[in-house]
Amino acid sequence: MVQAVSTPQQTAVQDWVDVCALADIFPNTGVCALVQDKQVAIYRVQIDDQDQVYALDNFDPFSQANVLSRGILGDRQGVLKVASPIYKQNFSLETGQCLDNDEVSVPTYAIQVVEGRVQVSIA
Amino acid sequence: MTSKQTLIVIGNGMVGHKFIELMVSKQATDQYNLITFCEESRVAYDRVNLSGYFSGKTAADLSLVEPGFYQDNNVQIYIGDKVTAIRPSEKIVVSAQGKEIAYDKLVLATGSYPFVPPITGKDAPGTFVYRTIDDLEAMEAYAQNCKTGVVVGGGLLGLECANALKNMGLDTHVVEFAPRLMPVQIDDLGGNVLKSKIEELGVQVHVSKNTTEIVSADGKITKMTFADGTELATDMIVFSAGIRPRDELARGCGLAIGDRGGIVVNDYCQTSDPDIYAIGECALYNQRIYGLVAPGYQMAEVAADQLTQSADSCFTGADMSTKLKLLGVDVASFGDNFGRTEGAKEIAVNDSVKGIYKKLVLNADGTRLLGGILVGDAADYGTLLQFTQNDIALPPHPEDLLLPPREGQPAGMGVDSFPDTAQICSCNNVTKGDLITAIHEQELTDIGSIKKCTAAGTGCGGCVPLVTTIMKSEMKKMGLTVKNHLCEHFAYSRQELYHLVRFHKIKTFSDLLKQFGTGLGCEVCKPAVTSMLAATWNDHILDQPHAGLQDTNDRFLANIQKDGTYSVIPRVPGGEITPDKLIVLGEVAKEFGLYTKITGAQRVDLFGARLEQLPDIWRRLIDAGFESGHAYGKALRTVKSCVGSTWCRYGVQDSVGFAIELELRYRGLRSPHKLKSAVSGCTRECAEAQGKDFGIIATENGWNVYVCGNGGMKPQHGVLLASDIDKETVIKYLDRFLIFYIRTADKLERTATWFTKLEGGINYLQDVIIHDSLGICDELEAQMAHLVDTYQCEWKAAIENPEKLQLFRSFVNSNAVDNNLAYVEERNQKRPATVEEKKVLSAIAQ
Ligand code: SRM
Ligand SMILES: Cc1cc2nc3c(=O)[nH]c(=O)nc-3n(C[C@H](O)[C@H](O)[C@H](O)COP(=O)(O)OP(=O)(O)OC[C@H]3O[C@@H](n4cnc5c(N)ncnc54)[C@H](O)[C@@H]3O)c2cc1C
Ligand code: SF4
Ligand code: FES
Repeated sequence: MVQAVSTPQQTAVQDWVDVCALADIFPNTGVCALVQDKQVAIYRVQIDDQDQVYALDNFDPFSQANVLSRGILGDRQGVLKVASPIYKQNFSLETGQCLDNDEVSVPTYAIQVVEGRVQVSIA
Repeated sequence: MTSKQTLIVIGNGMVGHKFIELMVSKQATDQYNLITFCEESRVAYDRVNLSGYFSGKTAADLSLVEPGFYQDNNVQIYIGDKVTAIRPSEKIVVSAQGKEIAYDKLVLATGSYPFVPPITGKDAPGTFVYRTIDDLEAMEAYAQNCKTGVVVGGGLLGLECANALKNMGLDTHVVEFAPRLMPVQIDDLGGNVLKSKIEELGVQVHVSKNTTEIVSADGKITKMTFADGTELATDMIVFSAGIRPRDELARGCGLAIGDRGGIVVNDYCQTSDPDIYAIGECALYNQRIYGLVAPGYQMAEVAADQLTQSADSCFTGADMSTKLKLLGVDVASFGDNFGRTEGAKEIAVNDSVKGIYKKLVLNADGTRLLGGILVGDAADYGTLLQFTQNDIALPPHPEDLLLPPREGQPAGMGVDSFPDTAQICSCNNVTKGDLITAIHEQELTDIGSIKKCTAAGTGCGGCVPLVTTIMKSEMKKMGLTVKNHLCEHFAYSRQELYHLVRFHKIKTFSDLLKQFGTGLGCEVCKPAVTSMLAATWNDHILDQPHAGLQDTNDRFLANIQKDGTYSVIPRVPGGEITPDKLIVLGEVAKEFGLYTKITGAQRVDLFGARLEQLPDIWRRLIDAGFESGHAYGKALRTVKSCVGSTWCRYGVQDSVGFAIELELRYRGLRSPHKLKSAVSGCTRECAEAQGKDFGIIATENGWNVYVCGNGGMKPQHGVLLASDIDKETVIKYLDRFLIFYIRTADKLERTATWFTKLEGGINYLQDVIIHDSLGICDELEAQMAHLVDTYQCEWKAAIENPEKLQLFRSFVNSNAVDNNLAYVEERNQKRPATVEEKKVLSAIAQ
């Protein structure tokens, strides 16, 4: 069963871009997609065989490099998060908030899975 | 209102400062104007840990004074001003800077000075003493231009000083007048064991030597001569031949002084003038000077109680027991160490194979422990001392206390058998009862908070093992588990998890999490568990279930760089490489536009590869016969070599050949942290094998194996595990050593750090690895054999597998290149552009 959990539900104004099949992403890892010239980190989190997808900006504000899609996924006290592969700061997958520095956050994007295809909207 | 009295403390050393702290905590500032004179240029610091200055501690780290302490508490301190006279009739002290201050009460805490024997040439430039930070600064500066250093005096401080010289890289000698080292603390047999252990570590010991002259030429020391006609060449000399109380002020004003120096004090630390007290190393109590800090602190307490009338305590003498690690060798001595009590009996073990000497002194009927000496293994010191200090009845076979436990707990030694009154921390006078109360009432569950709340363990640190045992035992009683959890997802230590993995034959992270963890995992536990799985089962690390668990380096089999690109380091076993292979590296670098550099570990690094380029680069390299160098993994990195007997005129064995053999054997071995090795062809040690996790040095008769060395952040020399053994034995021992380390180390713990925590040190390790004391060697060898047999080049496996290759893409939906990458040229190669340079570059592009 695939369940799309994430910010805004599909609305008419949203401009969904098809990026890949859900199966292209190993469970509990991320990939990077190029969506209208923007680098979007897409994560597939599997909990009890249920899939959830999240989208953050791929740009890591600490290292100034496009790497967040390559971080390790996990949770901190129940908050789903990714750790940057360069200097290991953690970011919430839901809000983009950096969990190690209140003043930093990264943009999140709308994401959904429709018939096994992952779609992102950066509008 | 102005009824306050003036109290002057002369000397701001460890004890003087402690006294003032006690006075402040007793609110004595309401009663007294406190004034103190500090001769040194800095306020009180931790003299006990003075040698820490040479291992990176700064003067600030050593300071005992909280910033602002004197100002905040209205204590007047005169730093860098020395009291030159006391006029008791007028009750006035006079200082070098011309102050004359009247006192009501006076406390002398002037400490002691190092004794320098009256030897011709003793004041020559290049001679030093070891007492203050200033002394150490002077030594350090002078030693820059020295090769050899001699310490005169083989006592406790002398050996500590020898360690400092050795760490400064000097060829170090210790010269002792008596026929053995540490003549005050240990006996002849113990002295012999200590001497041979210290010599093994490269410090030369000369006993029964009476120095007659220090000879200099051109303003520099050249040698010293001895009464027996021999001599010793050296560049510098440090005197550590005992201490003498600084009683000059007291003498000058007519206070009672002992025959051999020291200011005479009574049970209240009062001198012959009732308004003048003396505490610490300058005080003589019962014909005795106490050259340790704990008795000084006790005196400070007594004097403070007296002067504030807060308690009627008195000083009744103190325990002179000591336990130290001298040059890495454990030495302890306590109680009636020489068996001077009437009818005393002795039990001793003298194991010259392992370099251990232990002696217990018992009372006439053998029921009580009076004292003892431990050399080479002092792990039981804390417990034994308790038997003595608390007059605890010995178990029926006291000899069992000396033998290493063959199974389980040593006989009758549990902390639970101590009474609550047992003093556990002698530096800060903390009893077992104090600890238990604090642990229960404040729910302390780690050693850090115990130190903070009770002060136990914050002095010499010698009691920390015992405090830890008590803490664990109490926590168990409260039904708490002792924490060194991997992270919030696993309430187990790395070692425990490792056992669970092996015992339950767990093969995936998710199984382990399901059975023994909570939550989803994180960047701490995921890679740690994956490393355990790899070291146990050796599956390919990109196999599906492991893929998302790896740090990016392991996940993409390359090291991430600051701009998100990767570096490529192929294995070059032993550092030996053919011209053809070198040419391939050059060609590949050119073709893919990579920056190249020779690494610090005898191979070549190619930098700046994008994710999608990695498989193509590796295909080229693998075709040319290269394989993964595992530079990305917590795994075996390289076995460096020197050129050895093949070309070098001094080489006695083929170090290159052996290095290659070892590197190929252990390549890819996953471990708690990275592993490095080297093989040198002779004792000149050009491959720096003693700085490696395991290092091998050729000898005329075979090979010497060193283990647990480290370069990097905190360099540490390796220790000798075995000498003059043949290749097969080297490999056998290394197999056992490596798996034993992998099984027992904590996450991200290099062998050196693991070793420093290993109780029993090298003797224990030798027991396990060489003598198979745990009976696990067959198993260790079998595990290594499995790993060696199942080795695969991770890159070869990756490029042959389309599913794995799919990972190596910058974008899941495009073949575009990350447009944030930008490079500039420097020294004829490319390097990542800085943020500013990127701005300029993009402006030009538009
Ligand atoms: C490339 C290289 C520097 C060079 O240009 O020469 C290097 C590069 C890095 N070293 Fe190193 N070390 C390199 C030789 C060394 C050496 C020398 C040696 O191996 O003989 C040492 C000291 C020896 C030792 O480890 O005992 C060394 C001690 C460290 C340490 C400190 C380890 C320690 O125990 O204190 C770290 C940090 C760590 O591992 O936590 C480190 C970490 C790193 C990292 C992984 C830092 C990072 O996370 O980015 C660098 C990876 C760069 C890359 O992509 O390759 N590197 N590093 C060398 C690669 C050698 C190779 O061929 O594999
Ligand atoms: C290298 C080293 C290692 C040691 N290791 C240990 C150990 O492991 N365990 C242990 O228990 N002990 C150890 N000791 C001993 C311990 O440091 C001393 O017992 C302790 O410092 C004594 O304290 P004190 O205040 O009496 O003397 P000090 O700390 O020497 O302080 C006396 C101070 O008074 C000053 N002074 C003297 N005369 C005057 C004056 N006229 N006017 C003003 N100021 C004056 C001095 O300059 C000095 O600063 C070690 C000592 C050294 C040097
Ligand atoms: S020393 Fe520091 S900067 Fe240099 S390679 Fe090693 S880790 Fe990088
Ligand atoms: S005995 Fe020295 S710190 Fe506890």
